Amino acid sequence: MEVGQLQRSFIEYISSLFNEGFLDAQFSQLQQLQDESNPDFVVEVVSLFFEDSERLLNDLTMALDQPNVDFKQVDAHVHQLKGSSSSVGAQRVKNCCVPFRNVCEEQNTEGCLRCLQQIKQEYLLVKNKLQTLFELEQQIVAAGGAIPMMQ
Amino acid sequence: MLISGKMSSCYDINVSCSNKNLNIGKKLKALIVDDDRVVRMVHKGLLKKFGVETHEAKNGEEAVLAHRAGACFDLILMDLDMPVMNGRQATQELRDMDVVSLIVGVTSTGEEEKEAFMNAGLDYYYQKPLTVDVVRLLVEKFKDDA
Repeated sequence: MEVGQLQRSFIEYISSLFNEGFLDAQFSQLQQLQDESNPDFVVEVVSLFFEDSERLLNDLTMALDQPNVDFKQVDAHVHQLKGSSSSVGAQRVKNCCVPFRNVCEEQNTEGCLRCLQQIKQEYLLVKNKLQTLFELEQQIVAAGGAIPMMQ
Repeated sequence: MLISGKMSSCYDINVSCSNKNLNIGKKLKALIVDDDRVVRMVHKGLLKKFGVETHEAKNGEEAVLAHRAGACFDLILMDLDMPVMNGRQATQELRDMDVVSLIVGVTSTGEEEKEAFMNAGLDYYYQKPLTVDVVRLLVEKFKDDA
């Protein structure tokens, strides 16, 4: 595929991620922080987000699998997930955290399990989408092009 | 502890740091206090964009210990909910130690915590995530005071 076409695909794809609410303005903030002195900033931050989210989702799964659920612990994990997802602009993951904290406050195990399933699903979706986006970026760079800047 | 870099004599806590720019003539120095490494990395990227030298602490206690060891920062970005020592306690303790740095509370909790956090000695309070525009405003405060 020629560079121009790859760049158009990139713009189309990233626009769809914003339009469908997978990403919000915070992701654009991260893109603004990427420059020659910090060329891999977005991929580095997002990779860290993937690692930490997977650890937190595992911790949450284990915490909710206990006979006596420690809701304070569950809430702390969700709070952390909210902080990191909002920092990278993973809007749909962040949005799942509010109802999750509410059912946690109600000590509602069933509700927590439902929210956990939903947040896992949203996390996997956005991870997949971001990986596709980064692959597109690599293809553009490999073809000798520049990554288009979004407004 | 993540605090790294030189803690040279210019950061002697006995030196009165009465001016807003505590490291006059040098790069601004900031301490990022947050238990979440994704947040620390984003804040580091934001501050680096404006040429600010950054240091990190994973909780309030690390921030307090760094100051006890003689560190001095122009700007401190302080999270609220952290293990070991939260941001409110750390801010209170830093103010009790006469730390005059600009301390900015940055939290993802709602407004309900704001008053108590501000009363601990914050200069400003912002909701996460911080943006380029907010950090520009913070950095410009030092220019205004210079």
